[in-house]
Amino acid sequence: MTGDTPIISFAKVNKWFGDFHVLRDIDLEVATRERIVVCGPSGSGKSTMIRCINRLEEHQEGTIIVDGIELNDDLKHIDKIRSEVGMVFQSFNLFPHMSVLDNLVIGQHLVRRIPKKQAEEVAMTYLDRVKIADQADKYPGQLSGGQQQRVAIARSLCMKPRIMLFDEVTSALDPEMVKEVLDVMVDLAKEGMTMLVVTHEMGFARTVADRVIFMDEGQIVEENSPDAFFDNPASDRAKTFIGQVLHHL
Amino acid sequence: MKPVQNPIRPQRPAPLQSAGVIGWLRANLFSSWFNTLLTLVLAWAAYEILSFVISWGFINAVWFGDSAKACPNGNGACWAFVTDRWRLFVYGLYPNDLYWRVNIVYALAALTIISFVFSFGAFNKLFRIAMVIIFPIGAYIFLVGGWFGLKHISPEEFGGLLLTLVIATTAIFGSIPLGLILALGRTSELPVVSRVCTYFIEFWRGVPHIVVIVMFVALLPIFVPDGNKIDIVVRAFIAFAAFNSAYMAEVFRGGLQSIPNGQFEASKSIGLSYWKMMGYIILPQAIRNAVPALVNTCISIFKETTIVLLIGFSDLLGIIQLSLEDPKWLGPPHIFSSAYTFAALIYFVFTFGMSKYSVRLENKSNVEH
Repeated sequence: MTGDTPIISFAKVNKWFGDFHVLRDIDLEVATRERIVVCGPSGSGKSTMIRCINRLEEHQEGTIIVDGIELNDDLKHIDKIRSEVGMVFQSFNLFPHMSVLDNLVIGQHLVRRIPKKQAEEVAMTYLDRVKIADQADKYPGQLSGGQQQRVAIARSLCMKPRIMLFDEVTSALDPEMVKEVLDVMVDLAKEGMTMLVVTHEMGFARTVADRVIFMDEGQIVEENSPDAFFDNPASDRAKTFIGQVLHHL
Repeated sequence: MKPVQNPIRPQRPAPLQSAGVIGWLRANLFSSWFNTLLTLVLAWAAYEILSFVISWGFINAVWFGDSAKACPNGNGACWAFVTDRWRLFVYGLYPNDLYWRVNIVYALAALTIISFVFSFGAFNKLFRIAMVIIFPIGAYIFLVGGWFGLKHISPEEFGGLLLTLVIATTAIFGSIPLGLILALGRTSELPVVSRVCTYFIEFWRGVPHIVVIVMFVALLPIFVPDGNKIDIVVRAFIAFAAFNSAYMAEVFRGGLQSIPNGQFEASKSIGLSYWKMMGYIILPQAIRNAVPALVNTCISIFKETTIVLLIGFSDLLGIIQLSLEDPKWLGPPHIFSSAYTFAALIYFVFTFGMSKYSVRLENKSNVEH
């Protein structure tokens, strides 16, 4: 624990897509080892918010500080932060022209300058952890969605990040594959990784999250412990949202 | 409701509709009265064409002779014209006693092609890299000379197939890297770079090639001081590389656009810099996707080299035309048709080879996906 200094802090962050005000005065602090679940209706800005953390999106107003480094136009800052922040996407985004093993080796080798042999060993330990070591020589296209997503998680972990971002990582998966991916994430949470997870998986939120953040129309509307949030939401918008999600499940 | 329980049925083999030669014929050629009719008509047409080709091109053809008198009959090809003149077609106006230098370059070219077409296991990569370096340097030294005691031969003396191949190779291998840079420039987020590249591409694409080539050769000395000193052939090479790079750039841009945004985001999120992301993740995929269009452009460059005729060069087609004007071979029109058939065949062999190679590249990349 680094005491009181948050590992991520947003202060009055605003962002627009053209005229559309997608993030409005976001204030958020995340402590080291904290696990946060972000939910909210589609278009509420939750993906945009976590994508600002590793500068896949640029914010226009306010400050974002990640691990003591301020995100601005300085490319060195961006590179530094990206090497500390891992991200897993809804659509896996594995590199289709490389074997699973090479997907995990390339970042270590090119960014961390770890020799290939050593990088392969690291890769194999992480593939083993996501229980997919036997597929190392296959190409991503030969794997199922759940397997690909686990490889994507392993690819991020190989970079030894201090923070992991998960952007709706189970929403593109067939129902029977959701669990295998969530299991990997639960393990990761138990090990003390700082995690920001955009998801509607309520079971996951209840087991893992320290805090649930509910967003709507570009604002953080409600923050609470998962049980309190799901059982007894304070705002009407959260009530409606939970009603819809529950109904759907 | 009564519970239903269905046992899992064992797998059955696929039905045998298309098994056997007769089954295949029935399914593919004679499946209906219309298909049967079509099959018969096409078979008849194929027979007619093939029998004409055999009788015209082989049985009634004249293979050897030294003038138009050798082929008095119009019912067969006059290959004598080709066999009598083949040296001119292959070596152009290159001095007779220095043909060996051209032969070495042809051998190097063949070796380079072999290195890319066949597989030599672990040795492969080294062989290919070596040939890619050796071939252009070797070709320059042997063809142009001036070094190592080799007599200097001006590129203006090149001709025939040699000139065609030299222009096509320099145009293709000059325009590919240039096109790649332009495509990256055009898709760049830096507005100045992107504008400049876009205008460059649009300009060269928008101007007829004949205009470009004539401008470069005839007007360049007027605009550029000392432009006279740039060899006329080199000017033609630059013109070819310039306007073809614009087409190549659009081919590569198409490839780049086929790469989903997620690939860029994933690369950035693991911390790859722009150039590493492009070099290791984006371009390998983009170029693979661009292969069909890339080869299409290469084929069109190869055939387009014939426009050097307009600025007084004798490429393969030009030298055939010149030879036809030789009084010895002035004669009946079937000499003309034989000569042009030969030219067409040569162009076809090269372009078909490129096309076959591209299909192989595509199949290879499909396996990996």
